[in-house]
Amino acid sequence: MALRGAPRVAARLLLQLLPPRRCPAAGRRGIASCIDPSAGLTEEQKEFQKVALDFATKEMAPHMAEWDEKEIFPVETMRKAAQLGFGGIYVKPDVGGSGLSRLDTSIIFEALSTGCTSTTAYMSIHNMCVWMIDTFGNEEQRRKFCPSLCSMEKFASYCLTEPGSGSDAASLLTSAQRKGDTYVLNGSKAFISGGGDTDVYVVMCRTGGPGPKGISCLVLEKGTPGLSFGKKERKVGWNSQPTRAVIFEDCVVPVGNRLGAEGQGFSIAMKGLNGGRINIASCSLGAAHASVLLAQEHLTVRKQFGEPLANNQYLQFRLAEMATRLVAARLMVRNAARALQEGREDAAVLCSMAKLFATDECFAICNQALQMHGGYGYLKDYAVQQFMRDIRVHQILEGTNEVMRMIVARNLLQG
Amino acid sequence: MAALRVLVGVKRVIDYAVKVRVAGGGVQTQGVKHSLNPFCEIALEEGVRLRERGAASDVIAVSVGTRVCQETLRTALAVGADRGVLLEVGEGAAVGPREAAAALAGLVGRLQPHLVLLGKQAIDDDCNQTGQLLAAMLDWPQGTFASRVELEEGAVRVEREVDGGLETLRLRLPAVLTADLRLNEPRYATLPNIMKAKKKPLEIIPASALGVPLPLPRLRVLKLEEPPARGGGQRVQGVPELLERLRSDGRV
Repeated sequence: MALRGAPRVAARLLLQLLPPRRCPAAGRRGIASCIDPSAGLTEEQKEFQKVALDFATKEMAPHMAEWDEKEIFPVETMRKAAQLGFGGIYVKPDVGGSGLSRLDTSIIFEALSTGCTSTTAYMSIHNMCVWMIDTFGNEEQRRKFCPSLCSMEKFASYCLTEPGSGSDAASLLTSAQRKGDTYVLNGSKAFISGGGDTDVYVVMCRTGGPGPKGISCLVLEKGTPGLSFGKKERKVGWNSQPTRAVIFEDCVVPVGNRLGAEGQGFSIAMKGLNGGRINIASCSLGAAHASVLLAQEHLTVRKQFGEPLANNQYLQFRLAEMATRLVAARLMVRNAARALQEGREDAAVLCSMAKLFATDECFAICNQALQMHGGYGYLKDYAVQQFMRDIRVHQILEGTNEVMRMIVARNLLQG
Repeated sequence: MAALRVLVGVKRVIDYAVKVRVAGGGVQTQGVKHSLNPFCEIALEEGVRLRERGAASDVIAVSVGTRVCQETLRTALAVGADRGVLLEVGEGAAVGPREAAAALAGLVGRLQPHLVLLGKQAIDDDCNQTGQLLAAMLDWPQGTFASRVELEEGAVRVEREVDGGLETLRLRLPAVLTADLRLNEPRYATLPNIMKAKKKPLEIIPASALGVPLPLPRLRVLKLEEPPARGGGQRVQGVPELLERLRSDGRV
């Protein structure tokens, strides 16, 4: 009969042997190191980074596991972040934005991502949508939508992908038929981050002929008759944001909700994505940075064969490689951010390169960090697996890394 | 009620999350992350709240230290102080509570604030002396370990957390208060405030120019070492054996 209790006792003993779960955002000894993300920043940028890191450590990191497990969309926490100015970071101040640069934005998302990558990634999508309305909307649209989005009283979703058009985005089918001073939408969007829980939908739809020139951009509000949502998808990561299909059935939208001109929608979508790619890459940077710190700590604490893992040259070299690639990725992302801010001609292709490089490298870093944790890395008690799961999708969305290669190749061979 | 001028002391200390190491006879500070002392953050928050309520007109953040302390003052400006003053000392100068209090006393003479808010102690030396020394130097009343501050006409009502419980004092202004943990919860700097902070004035004054002679250091650190590594525990069979062990180990 002693056998029956044995598994439970064994489980309890095992738990006592586990190293304690560590907060990923705080550096182990706070000693300036080669991967310090504040290196080379201005005083002001260091302050931005400080407040974002502070917020990530105190308000996000303690909850990231719960948000992932229970699939909670942390509305209140995001609103707190918005109070600090994180709801419309690169949106103009006259409609409630913070008016910062793309580089400032990258620094902020990288810092926030150390607290919860999934939530920060959603916030970056939200920011992208507000920017699109701010930049391409007329005065009436800016004043109607931006203030409540900047404060995150309302949340936004970006709707481009459809079941039949992912990488081939310009072949989208959702139609918007002009009827008097309205458009009637029919079709559906797939994999929409925030879909069903958010309030404002920036939708790319077909108002004209085939191809990119026939696409326009419309802003829809939840509650519009004919706007409905699919089931909530069950995902490997990004669980603190709901993902649903968005369905339009004879959904009537006033013409006044169109951003820019008819046929301008694809261009607006792509311009939004340039910034979006830097932001997603920045989220990957934050996750990778946190993972390197976790790996660094684990290597120093965990002993095998009579000594800390950190005494093994193989692991020292792997850690050094992780650090080197992290810094390389960060430089790519910040370089692209500067180019975009300055409106340089090569900005779009640099954004694609940065997204490609950083998301691939950072996933490899997180994956390697998990490996260094051994069996513990596979347990949900440890944050390293969540960083890995959360950033896996960054290699897929906002343009797959294959599409990023297409963009770079085109620049080299046709430009 | 007339609006007050409030002076808030902020100290740059090693960040609370850092694992401190002793190297070469001293605490390793090179390349180590520093931040605004948490109790000073609470004092600063109180000052900013007083200004938001209209009770204070001017919140001046002051730090005593080397030039790098400007970064701490910038953070204080980003949180909401109106201007910053660095009382600069030379590199390598030891600034303990006496030196800091003397420098602050000099600034008080120049700025004539109605209220000085300090953190109750710094998390690096845990001295808990600067506020008390400053009040004595100025011959002002002091309300230390403040957990609640209410302004009245020409006075301040302070609730203090003391060993026996909570004590409430009414102090005539001007006065020195030191902030305890439960006084308030400090705010985050907001992005717009960080940008506004760039334009706020930050003055650098050599501490020696204040007319109050800085005292010569009277303390010399003889030895500094990390606490001994934690040893293993041992099981005892029961209370009698526990007492026996405590006695033989000299702990009882």
